[in-house]
Amino acid sequence: MSASVIINRLLECSWLNIEIFFVTLLLGLPLGLIIAFGSMSKFAPLRAFTQTVVWIIRGTPLMLQVIIVYYGPGLMFGMKLMPRMDAALLAFVINYACYFSEIFRGGIQSMPVGQREAGEVLGMTKRQIFFKVTLLQVIKRIVPPMGNEFITLVKDTSLARIIANKEIIMMAQEYAASNGLIWPLFSTAVFFLIASGLLTLLLNYAEKKLSYFN
Amino acid sequence: MPILEVNNIGKSFGETRVLENISFTLEEGEVLSIIGSSGSGKTTLLRCLNFLEIPDQGSIYVRGNKLFCSEDPITRSEEEIRRKRLHFGLVFQNFNLFPQYTALENVTLARKLMAKAEKTGETEQAIIEEGKQLLIKMGLEDRMENYPHQLSGGQQQRVAIARALAMKPDILCFDEPTSALDPELTGAVLKVIKDLADQKTTMIIVTHEIDFARDVSSRVIFMDRGVVAQEGTPQYVFDEAPIPRLAEFLGQVKR
Repeated sequence: MSASVIINRLLECSWLNIEIFFVTLLLGLPLGLIIAFGSMSKFAPLRAFTQTVVWIIRGTPLMLQVIIVYYGPGLMFGMKLMPRMDAALLAFVINYACYFSEIFRGGIQSMPVGQREAGEVLGMTKRQIFFKVTLLQVIKRIVPPMGNEFITLVKDTSLARIIANKEIIMMAQEYAASNGLIWPLFSTAVFFLIASGLLTLLLNYAEKKLSYFN
Repeated sequence: MPILEVNNIGKSFGETRVLENISFTLEEGEVLSIIGSSGSGKTTLLRCLNFLEIPDQGSIYVRGNKLFCSEDPITRSEEEIRRKRLHFGLVFQNFNLFPQYTALENVTLARKLMAKAEKTGETEQAIIEEGKQLLIKMGLEDRMENYPHQLSGGQQQRVAIARALAMKPDILCFDEPTSALDPELTGAVLKVIKDLADQKTTMIIVTHEIDFARDVSSRVIFMDRGVVAQEGTPQYVFDEAPIPRLAEFLGQVKR
């Protein structure tokens, strides 16, 4: 089997990693913001509930969560198995949303109260204050910790293989098992390095773009 | 009719009584300075007028309209309060400019949002033009496109004054407007406030600048431990009837 065929096959499978990455960001970031508001709520039961969920999700391995989301509903309630990819996406979105929520919360709570008060005395609504005054300042503050999460996510996408989603590492392992080839597995590192490299450049660009204010 | 009437305002934080039976009136075009040592309640009083704190008791009237009454729950609703705030402007000790907006954008942001939300018919162009005029009045004609971090403290505070004036408040409040500034930067800010006083802007100024208060005010309130301890014209408060606590306070300030 020629190397180019193997590399092509690996790249094909890497689309799954890419899909998990983008879907997790696309759904996990807004969900994370909602969870952040839950954990800052003045309504104590909601706050306690949210914080408990965040504790459970952050306190257990993502790999285990993927397994539970896939097999759990069937084993516990006799439900039909959902598609493997959907189960992986669901677990990733919930898991990352919880991490994102803590970053959002930190960013929002680090805002000086004077910014909100300045908006209030100018007659701005809460909504206007959040979207026109606070949000961009929060985004600027959370770019570095978010960058960390994004780069972790790039590598975590390969955990989807635990329920037989054929992503790049699972494909490479098959070559090792059936053809006795070890280099495809090693070469997947290049894929992750390129992805996290591009991401780093993008995050640096974002940081620079936001450096016009303090 | 006085432009502002404050009756028996009281405020506690937990067990601590911060304001006790504060009453005063203010006529249009008057400048009222509030002086007193730290913890005497002057900032809390100003924050109550701007509804950043809600008083536990008392009432506030502007031009005879009831803005707040502790016994009338309607005056505590959030949307009501947001509108009523617009009678007052507040300039903060630490400026609190919005860092991601230029000086001009800081001045025009709230007006633009309001014009859009309430369809006042004001064009964005008109709002921007007005904002520019205000900044020119503040001596900042060459700073309009600068971001707050590119400005000195004194310049930032003048932007903040323009931002408050842009909402056309009936009464402009200052919370120690020069306390966060280097001494050499206070002059320009005080001059702007003095100019506003000369143009008969109704103002309430919480300040430690005693000489300035004496110079600019039509009336002075000396607060001590949450109550109005002395009140009157600057001449009366400082020269004719200096109570012992005030003399003590002035001694500490002057030192």
